[in-house]
Amino acid sequence: MDFTLSKEHEMARQLFSDFAENEVKPLAQEVDEEERFPRETVEKMAKYGFLGIPVPKEYGGQGCDILTYVMCVEELSKVCGTTGVIVSAHTSLCIDPILTYGTEEQKQKYLPDLASGRKIGAFGLTEPGAGTDAQGQQTKAVLDGDEWVLNGSKCFITNGKEADVYIVIAVTGIVEKRGKKLKEISAFIVDKGTPGFTFGTKEKKMGIRGSSTYELIFTDCRIPKDNLLGQKGKGFNIAMHTLDGGRIGIAAQALGLAEGALERTIAYTQERKQFGKSISGFQNTQFQLADMATKVEAAKMLVYKAALKKDEYRSNPKISYSVEAAQAKLYAAEVAMEVTTKAVQLHGGYGYIREYDVERMMRDAKITEIYEGTSEVQRMVISANLLK
Amino acid sequence: MKIVVCIKQVPDTKGGVKFNPDGTLDRGAMLAIMNPDDKAGLEAALRLKDQYGAEVTVLTMGLPKAKDVLLEALAMGADNAVLVTDRVLGGADTWATSTTIAGALRNMEYDLIITGRQAIDGDTAQVGPQIAEHLQIPVISYAQDIKVDGDTVTVQRQYDDRYHVVETKMPCLITALSELNAPRYMTPGGIFDACKAEVTTWGRADLKDVDDGNLGLAGSPTKIAKASDKVRKGAGEKIVPDSPEDAVSYIVGKFKEKHII
Repeated sequence: MDFTLSKEHEMARQLFSDFAENEVKPLAQEVDEEERFPRETVEKMAKYGFLGIPVPKEYGGQGCDILTYVMCVEELSKVCGTTGVIVSAHTSLCIDPILTYGTEEQKQKYLPDLASGRKIGAFGLTEPGAGTDAQGQQTKAVLDGDEWVLNGSKCFITNGKEADVYIVIAVTGIVEKRGKKLKEISAFIVDKGTPGFTFGTKEKKMGIRGSSTYELIFTDCRIPKDNLLGQKGKGFNIAMHTLDGGRIGIAAQALGLAEGALERTIAYTQERKQFGKSISGFQNTQFQLADMATKVEAAKMLVYKAALKKDEYRSNPKISYSVEAAQAKLYAAEVAMEVTTKAVQLHGGYGYIREYDVERMMRDAKITEIYEGTSEVQRMVISANLLK
Repeated sequence: MKIVVCIKQVPDTKGGVKFNPDGTLDRGAMLAIMNPDDKAGLEAALRLKDQYGAEVTVLTMGLPKAKDVLLEALAMGADNAVLVTDRVLGGADTWATSTTIAGALRNMEYDLIITGRQAIDGDTAQVGPQIAEHLQIPVISYAQDIKVDGDTVTVQRQYDDRYHVVETKMPCLITALSELNAPRYMTPGGIFDACKAEVTTWGRADLKDVDDGNLGLAGSPTKIAKASDKVRKGAGEKIVPDSPEDAVSYIVGKFKEKHII
């Protein structure tokens, strides 16, 4: 067992860190304050290949591993949670299912544009009445000649209005399994601009406020028959497998937020003086920082382990990484919430002021315990594996 | 067009300079980076490559770990990398360094050689022009803009409050300023490819037409009396002399103490 990063990973971390510091950090506060999608950052990330890191070169990607992608989301999130989730949703939730389940034609058609960042991706599973419970889906897709006709809506969609390519989960019929009637669920690729595909309201959020979160509305939206992703009726498996990968991305986002908050708190407690000395001189501060750093390190181990497991899956699809992904997301998200909350506390009154990054980080951290499966759902996934 | 860019691994002085008790740089305590002027030179070469389709080779002289800056250059888009490293080359001043690099360049094909103006660890700005002298080619220093048309290079040469437009035929050498451009980042895929790429390593035996007497510490005419951080300037010293003669005597004494005269 070796905890030393390879030369490639060391260099990649330096790259992502430099980029985050120079290009992302200066905009982070403004993007949050104005709830503005950082289009200029996305274009720069596209230029340097950040939007196709784990995509094979034959499809226009960077040909790197999952750990490199995870480190990218982590470093971006150290300075801006919004930017981290843009990359995560694009890569894990749109590119990955096309790469895993797409036909060769679909890969050739969509991946070069997505991997190069010419197009942005999104994923539509959640509905007003169905989140992680995929059987609650109401959006329907009916085959009519050579076209699928979509009707319904999706909510809370990350990269919502800014994306160009959407993975959409919909009900395609009813099937009987073990005497029970269940909805048959399938996955589709939908292009922006398709007639009948429109956007609803933009959500006003507590955190990741620069991320474009929209409702997607399908009204007799006709897409080519060939835009079915994977086999008909396999949409539930596709969605769940996609979320397994997505959870590693969100875990990396949570890890980055926790690391960013810890870094700022270490610096602040050394600068801030009370009772004639730096507050880092008080044992309470020292113990808090020690606990924060230890939990961040433990989270990092789980996140990197999940990334390596997914890398292993890519060369051996028989193995599963869903437990590792759930554990990484559960722990990293809860650590992010705890560490950012402590960071605000250690900043005192200044931590509650928007000029200080930790205020934003605490708001950004909360969503990591909720989206792509709540912490409770992660516990269900983990315990189901223990009790099977 | 074949371009060779000479780059150097230097300590990152962003967080201040750290010294050993003997006054030499404590390189182990500082991060190592690609010298900023050299990086601008590399970016200029890569832009010429993007525009005209050049082959860009990066060359560095240093310890084996200097390979790191070559990998960074490859990950930015350079095509080939050469590391010149040998214990007998250690302790080189600008004369011995330029002699070594010229010896390596004599093995290579080039139309254009680009170096940084100066390295942030030495601040001499001598190596680039010295290489050109060794190779008997024209040099244009302090480039703030470079244009190529056929075999002609046109350079804006920075000069105090103005710039000179200087034109020459290739092959030639240009020294670049960090203000020349904003260097590109590496790409993740570029990093993975760079780490798999072969870096050519040359030692003393591979240098062409050089004399051992001009290499390494023994071949370096410069003797460093003391090194200091140029950034941190003290408050200064105020002296009120009794007479002009006393003032001259004091100043001359200080010059001698600091090895200025």
